[in-house]
Amino acid sequence: MNIIVCIKQVPGTAQVEIDEKTGVLKRDGVPAKMNPFDLFAIESAMRLKEKFGGRVTALTMGPPQAEKVLREAFMMGVDEAFLLSDRKFGGADVLATSYTISQGIRRIGGYDLIICGKQTTDGDTAQVGAELAEFLGIPHLTGVTALLDLVGGSKLKVEAEIPLHVVELQIVLPCLITVEKGIFEPRLPSYRRKLATADRKITCLTMADLEDTNEKHYGLNGSPTQVQRIFPPAAKAEKEIWNGGNAESADRLYALLKDKRFLTELR
Amino acid sequence: MPKIIIHTEKATDIQALIALCPFGAIEYNGKELSINAACRMCRLCCKKSGGVCEYVEDENAARIDKSLWQGITVAAEMVGGQVHPVTLELIGKARELAAKTNQKVSCLVVGYQLENCIDAINAAGPDEIILYDQPEFEHFRAEPFCAAWEDYINFARPSVMLVGGTSVGRSLAPRVAARFHAGLTADCTMLDIQPNTDLDQIRPAYGGNIMAHIRTPNHRPQFATVRYKIFSMPEKTAPHAKIIRRSLSADKLVSGIEFLNLRRKQNERGIEDADVIVVAGRGLKKPEDIAMIQELATLLGGELGSTRAMVETGWIDPKRQIGLSGRTVKPKLIITCAVSGAVQFAAGMNGSELIVAINTDPEAPIFNIAHIGIVGDVYEIVPRLIEKIKNGERNLL
Repeated sequence: MNIIVCIKQVPGTAQVEIDEKTGVLKRDGVPAKMNPFDLFAIESAMRLKEKFGGRVTALTMGPPQAEKVLREAFMMGVDEAFLLSDRKFGGADVLATSYTISQGIRRIGGYDLIICGKQTTDGDTAQVGAELAEFLGIPHLTGVTALLDLVGGSKLKVEAEIPLHVVELQIVLPCLITVEKGIFEPRLPSYRRKLATADRKITCLTMADLEDTNEKHYGLNGSPTQVQRIFPPAAKAEKEIWNGGNAESADRLYALLKDKRFLTELR
Repeated sequence: MPKIIIHTEKATDIQALIALCPFGAIEYNGKELSINAACRMCRLCCKKSGGVCEYVEDENAARIDKSLWQGITVAAEMVGGQVHPVTLELIGKARELAAKTNQKVSCLVVGYQLENCIDAINAAGPDEIILYDQPEFEHFRAEPFCAAWEDYINFARPSVMLVGGTSVGRSLAPRVAARFHAGLTADCTMLDIQPNTDLDQIRPAYGGNIMAHIRTPNHRPQFATVRYKIFSMPEKTAPHAKIIRRSLSADKLVSGIEFLNLRRKQNERGIEDADVIVVAGRGLKKPEDIAMIQELATLLGGELGSTRAMVETGWIDPKRQIGLSGRTVKPKLIITCAVSGAVQFAAGMNGSELIVAINTDPEAPIFNIAHIGIVGDVYEIVPRLIEKIKNGERNLL
């Protein structure tokens, strides 16, 4: 089974703040790391490879430094890696990102399965996987919590979570799945593999290497959504002390819970 | 399309300019400054660089005719034969937006055996309900559902599609948005609309440390997902929706996904996953009193939490212990009942979004971290609160 895993380099911490005076993002010395959700995608791919054979290819899109996460993927056992990097890809929203990755995957070709993590920790949208599947014209499943079996070499049997229920589904290959955090315990990067893969080549793809070379489809040009502005979230409410007696406090608390929507019907 | 141009010759302090970009997208090769692939078009550099970075609109870009795309559609979600409440919340919001632009509100429902859900949706007040009611839609599978939405969008040409940010919504909305090469903004927390029907979408990024205001100025439909409980339930209205029934031909209903079986999730939810936690502390007098705290937790759809003292007395299961020697929790709401608030306990819960503390001792350290500190008696307040919740209308629809 040939598997492509889509991964991303994200800021090392979510503790990014905006300087309220200048409106500039503070991100002093924030190192970049692999999106933690992608570790589960790589682990899932490695487990399938170990059981059914084949190759695992990692693909990322980003600036040249994103090569680092591909090196890390090698350390987890990934066989091959591609980096989609081009200034023309800059400013991409969900649509342009998914489209660019789909073009990269078309270029790589020969896959049976694409695995993505649940979401990234920076963009946080959890939507690239499904858009990617659409651009590739293959079925997709999100929220996969267990890989159960490969049926007749052509269908993957999985478990996925939906509200209140666990469903068992079978999906025909080639397809795309996004896996939940905790599907497997991700292996640690190995130092031995780091040495063994130090010289392994990473293929860099620019727009010129892709099937579609119309720059209107990439980066900012290919992005329907536009960020108007970014701003800090509203400051937390001030602290309050209520000491107007038990009955009054109970009534105020009831009103507060109602106002904050904690009393709607829960599922 | 718009772009950012850097006038390197105007730059006085190259390093300061590079530092302006929160995403590290400004590069310097020794001669020239340029923008790399990390750019998110936040345009901070244009605002802060005193003219070095310039935002240039493309005058030649083709503009779509927005008048051809009318109305706000809420895509309903069905769960176990019932309408998910996020659908009703979104219809309420859609009506607000529609009133500003004088548009109609439609509700798109894809599922099987939908007759029973019409009343619930109608009470939220849409102008139109569009039903795709076929056996193939009994369980969610991406391709046939996507085909139904595609058919609907081609038929109705809505300006805005609002989708619940549920597992199904987050799987389906991007697929359809990609099919129409349309913009999609995930997990919006605020929505507004311009007179020209451009949707103002505000969403958190970077774990909520930053808010982004997003528009989709030249594409339709505009897709936005919103999570459950972000907007309020609308008031009940007199039903007036026109019911439209449509269906798909067999060739559109094929799927590479086979539904095998469904089982109820074991309710093994730990306190770490709970949105609401009500904590019982040492101020409670008897083990039987835990029942009252548990009841409040259940009424709020939450879990019972405990301090170390209550676990050590054996009154509460250790799995429910919060604090350094227990679990760390970060619910949307935590109500501590008769908890003094030792440092070890506070460390396990002070990241909670809303902390309400009830304690008779006004000097209790818990009041230092509580957003709302109630100086009072748990034995008076909690039963009265439970009574009010039970008697009050818990759900407006």
